[in-house]
Amino acid sequence: MVGLEHYLLLSAALFSIGLYGVLAKRNAIAILLCIEIILNAVNIALAGFSRYITPLELTGQVFAIFIMVVAAAEATVGLAIIMAIYRSRGSVDATKIDLMKW
Amino acid sequence: MPNELFWFIFLLPVISFGIISVFIKPFVSNNSKLPGYITILAIAGSFALSVWALTAVFAAPEHIVEIPKIEWLVIGDFEFSVSMIMDSLTAVMLLAVTFVSLMVQIYSLAYLHKDATTVDTGFPRYYAWMSLFTASMLGLVLAGSLLMMFIFWELVGLCSYLLIGFWFHKPSAADAAKKAFIVTRLGDFGFLAAILLIFSQTGTFDTMELREMAIAGTLAGSVLTWAAIGIFSGAAGKSAQFPLHVWLPDAMEGPTPVSALIHSATMVSAGVFLVARTLPLFEHSTQALQTVAVIGGFTAIFAASMGLVMHDIKRVLAYSTISQLGLMMLGLAAGGVAVGIFHLFTHAFFKSLLFLGAGSVSHASGGTFDMRKMGGLRKYMPWTFTTFLIGSLSLAGIWPLSGFWSKDEILAKALENQPIVFVLAIITVFMTAFYMFRAVFVTFGGEFRGGEQSAHDSHGGGHGEHNGHPHESPGLMVVPMILLAVLAIIAGFWNVTGEFGAFMGHGETEGTFIGNLFGIFTHSALPLLSLVIALAGIFLAYAIYSAKWLSAEKLGSSMKAFYTLLSNKYYFDKLYEDIIVRKVLLGWIFGIFQKFDTNLVDGTVNGAATGTGRTGGVMRKWETGQLQLYGLFMAIGVLAIIIALFIFG
Repeated sequence: MVGLEHYLLLSAALFSIGLYGVLAKRNAIAILLCIEIILNAVNIALAGFSRYITPLELTGQVFAIFIMVVAAAEATVGLAIIMAIYRSRGSVDATKIDLMKW
Repeated sequence: MPNELFWFIFLLPVISFGIISVFIKPFVSNNSKLPGYITILAIAGSFALSVWALTAVFAAPEHIVEIPKIEWLVIGDFEFSVSMIMDSLTAVMLLAVTFVSLMVQIYSLAYLHKDATTVDTGFPRYYAWMSLFTASMLGLVLAGSLLMMFIFWELVGLCSYLLIGFWFHKPSAADAAKKAFIVTRLGDFGFLAAILLIFSQTGTFDTMELREMAIAGTLAGSVLTWAAIGIFSGAAGKSAQFPLHVWLPDAMEGPTPVSALIHSATMVSAGVFLVARTLPLFEHSTQALQTVAVIGGFTAIFAASMGLVMHDIKRVLAYSTISQLGLMMLGLAAGGVAVGIFHLFTHAFFKSLLFLGAGSVSHASGGTFDMRKMGGLRKYMPWTFTTFLIGSLSLAGIWPLSGFWSKDEILAKALENQPIVFVLAIITVFMTAFYMFRAVFVTFGGEFRGGEQSAHDSHGGGHGEHNGHPHESPGLMVVPMILLAVLAIIAGFWNVTGEFGAFMGHGETEGTFIGNLFGIFTHSALPLLSLVIALAGIFLAYAIYSAKWLSAEKLGSSMKAFYTLLSNKYYFDKLYEDIIVRKVLLGWIFGIFQKFDTNLVDGTVNGAATGTGRTGGVMRKWETGQLQLYGLFMAIGVLAIIIALFIFG
């Protein structure tokens, strides 16, 4: 029988994978993808909580849909920024985008 | 009429100030007399209301009309309300202030004129400030709490600054204005400290409550003494008492009508009024009362002695004012509110009269105030001469003019309560009579000595034709002088039967008017003594300056040291300017302040900046500019928090 803890473990695993990618990847697009993974890990946790704790209300699911919308918008903006960076610098290596450095 | 209308005594001049400065000044020429008419109208209204207030107070039980308070602001359980005291003291002051101010405003219409030494006539500016000046004095008189009094107190100071410096393009006037402002500020510091002390001890600003507390003894001991002395220091600044007297003679730089107002009903009388208003605080502290009496008595003789040698007619009057204010303070300390305020009341009329007279003779002799350039004006200016003479007789304390009655009472009370100070006061009486009649004989007696000749050219004929042929001033100037002269004669009759004293809550009326008018000499020898002394002063002035039995020059050179001391005003200006301000303050104390400022204050600020810069230099090594590294730190931090929660939570 699949219980809440399975969902949460899946969510935690996805979150950790995403976090690792965000911290370790150099390719900006990969970082963006990993952020999406983090967001979706949260979505799974929300849906799981909602299903098992308040099964009669759809609050978690609704929240998950909101997050998807925001994630879509965020991906759009993020990709646009990466495109702009690529055009001006010819690279999407995150470690080389360091203009803010002293 | 509802009693709230009393507020209009104060509000009418405020409104006139507002109208003139906002609606009139931008649209009329500087020579327009319209602002003058508005001010006169407003102050006439205030005067009418003051007369009504006086009758209302007279009819009221215990001579106090209750006025409802208006709530202004509430902080916690402390409530500050705008209140008004309408008692006999207020009513008398209102009458004197509004009447004298009205006369001065009318006089000013003719007095201010355009000549080469002034940029413009400045009627709108002049009348706006005059309105505000009168309004703030009326506000001060009406105010029911110390805090409100302080606000109006400062407003009076501000207006006097503006008006003394009315001809601000003259450096001497600008300096005099500054001096008046700064010196009175020294005293105000004490007043403010006293207010704060009183508030911290009692939690109230309400004057009436404080008076009751002092009488009941809940406010007593050293707190009361220090509070009273603080209040007196404010009063000493405003009323030019020793050692803060130095500003008043210099204040003569302002237009003469301003001097008339400052010296009689507003500004200088504010100090006396303040002491009178808070007199119960003084009466319950022997030291404070003694301070007031001694300083008052000393100032009286000190200032009078300087008045003996001045050549500027306005300065003679200025020193006379200081001296009379000293007498008022002495009267308050020795005899209570009625005695001191009665002298203030009569003095307001004859001193403003004398100043207006001085302005009138200056007008006739080409704008100078130097008595040595006048002379013989009696022939040319009969009205000015007559009124000036009445004022001088009244100031000298000649029976039956008003000054006699008020001064006599001060002397009697001083003899009773402050016998040592009494001696000073009686010498002052002699000096007063002497210097006033010195002024009268030099100005009006003998032959005309040509007036201000150099002014003849600079006036460009504007009023240069007055030279050589001085003539009587226009009616607008003469009429106020005549009205004031009438009051200078009759104002004293109010207390012939002790009615003024009874009104103020001291004693009962006794005897009949006619009986007391002549009977005053039969009760005790003192009135006769003071009269004889005053007459002796006049006679001496006559002997020296009119009959010339004694030569003034010889007399001066025979007491050369004393004469030099007096004409240098006891070197007080030198002491304050050269020694205290330049040496002690600029050279020493401010030097220390400057070192403190550059080293400690600037050092702290600069040190903070360089310290921050250095810390930054170290810290910025950590900033790699790599977003992922920051993310890693954040993740480590979150992990640390979670672990900590598991372990400790």
